[in-house]
Amino acid sequence: MYDEPVFRPAGDQAVLVEFGDEISPETNSRVHRLAHAIEGDVPGVVDLVPAYDSLLIQYDASALPLPELQKRIVELDSTPGEAASEMGRVVELPVLYGGVYGPDLERVSECSGLAANEVVRLHSGTDYLVYMLGFTPGFPYLGGLNDALATPRLATPRLEIPAGSVGIAESQTGVYPLSSPGGWNLIGRTPLSLFDPTRQPPSMLSPGDRVRFVPLDGPDEYESMTER
Amino acid sequence: MRSAIQIIEPGLFTTIQDRGRYGFQRFGVPVSGAMDQFALRAANLLVGNDENAAALEMTVIGPTLQIDADVVIAVTGADLSPMLDGSPLPRWEAVHAPAGGRLSFHGMQDGIRAYLAVAGGIDVPEVMDSRSTYVKAGFGGLDGRPLARGDALDTFAPPGQPREMPDGFMPPAYGEDHSVRVILGPQDHAFDNDAVNTLLGSTFTVSLDSDRMGYRLDGPKVAHQSSPDIVSEGNAPGAVQVSGDGAPTVLMADRGTTGGYTKIAAVITADLGQLAQAVPGETVRFTAVSIDEAHAALAEREALLAAIHGPEPPAPKPVAVIIDGEAIEVVDADGEPMTTTDGRSSAHRATATLEGMAYSFGVEVRVEEAE
Repeated sequence: MYDEPVFRPAGDQAVLVEFGDEISPETNSRVHRLAHAIEGDVPGVVDLVPAYDSLLIQYDASALPLPELQKRIVELDSTPGEAASEMGRVVELPVLYGGVYGPDLERVSECSGLAANEVVRLHSGTDYLVYMLGFTPGFPYLGGLNDALATPRLATPRLEIPAGSVGIAESQTGVYPLSSPGGWNLIGRTPLSLFDPTRQPPSMLSPGDRVRFVPLDGPDEYESMTER
Repeated sequence: MRSAIQIIEPGLFTTIQDRGRYGFQRFGVPVSGAMDQFALRAANLLVGNDENAAALEMTVIGPTLQIDADVVIAVTGADLSPMLDGSPLPRWEAVHAPAGGRLSFHGMQDGIRAYLAVAGGIDVPEVMDSRSTYVKAGFGGLDGRPLARGDALDTFAPPGQPREMPDGFMPPAYGEDHSVRVILGPQDHAFDNDAVNTLLGSTFTVSLDSDRMGYRLDGPKVAHQSSPDIVSEGNAPGAVQVSGDGAPTVLMADRGTTGGYTKIAAVITADLGQLAQAVPGETVRFTAVSIDEAHAALAEREALLAAIHGPEPPAPKPVAVIIDGEAIEVVDADGEPMTTTDGRSSAHRATATLEGMAYSFGVEVRVEEAE
């Protein structure tokens, strides 16, 4: 992690504030802390895009001169704020693992040499940090997958993955908020809707949250919780 | 609310767009909005709207529209040969379109995206604070999709009077060779001088693979020094992303919020609309400028938009009382310097201080035509 934030130009009305060149919860928490501090407190800021180790700030150059923005960022970054653990919530996501809901559970089991129920136990036994959302609306980039569960992507991506699918690709795990094509190993599915454009906020998860997957007993329980 | 416009033919790709959807990128929601922001804002201002009102973005082949209520419209951006009831429709100008009229487009002459603003703005529900259509995820605009035959659009009540472009305004001629200015970064350090010179010294061709998400450019490869991949970060508008194959892609309105490819530069705001008007097969050249130069170009654009004006009364003039050749400041009841507020003759109660004494008196302001 850098001591001082590094400013990189991203056009004439955006600036990238970089805190390091790595994926770590500590660096990421500094990103979210700065984003919270800027929120509503710096007139002229148009939007914020928090990521793993950087924050993209879009600003209105007619209202906010860049040197002033940079000065404010340095001030806010050096002001001690809430710890990340106090900011993010823990969000429980019920998941039905295996079967038609998780057709690649067996593949992950074979790759890891672990029994399927052991894969489920390890996958649901950790809290995952939502480093950022991106790729598609509401898609969380999660950190914290147990190394034993890392599995290569499918050689041939599926054309359509149902919304709510929980997958593993290399050392990452994630949930597809909308149905889309993809090459992740699908190990289960959540009945909850991660993204709904008519909801406020539209995304169930926010950057900095933690996700806990809770195994469901069977299809009946899954169906009774279905939001889609 | 009233049904104002029926879609007889939708055109190739006609969507409802406003200035864009801000505040939701942290959830992975793209900004969307008009590709050519200047053209959208001008169209809205011309019909007396707020510049963020929802309008139609029409691409390559414009729609055919039946006008069901008297409306004021303005068409800006690309020249797609608009006609109103069989006569050429002037662009960059507010026009009264009578009920029963038919607006149609007859071929792309210059640029690729035209904008149609209707006084009041198009009445569709806001989704995440914006009326912009994001087709890929199917929300915003009209049911999250391009317009289709048989759609009917309502408008809000017009908030203001039609306006006109400032004197001496020349409608942009987009041409076929697009010169756009960029600011290097955020990852220009991932490229050596040769690669930066390739970007700035070459002529690129707009690929057929270009859309509202990004403009892919064919041409010489812009080679990375090492890896094309970075830790995923936010994507700025106009970012020139270079993937592993060395082909630059300029990220446009529907760009993903985050990405893991290096970005060698970003197109400046003032020139992004020009690029949005480039047609596949046309050429693009990049010039590097400083942020200060970009902000000066932006200020010029903003001043032009601010100068779009209505047939307004003359500007207010200060009122002065002159006694024995000495001007005495006159203030109104609130202590503010008095002006002919609306440029018209009026009567006020005012006070003036003379040699330490405050005098209250009635003032009649008479505006007379200059000789």
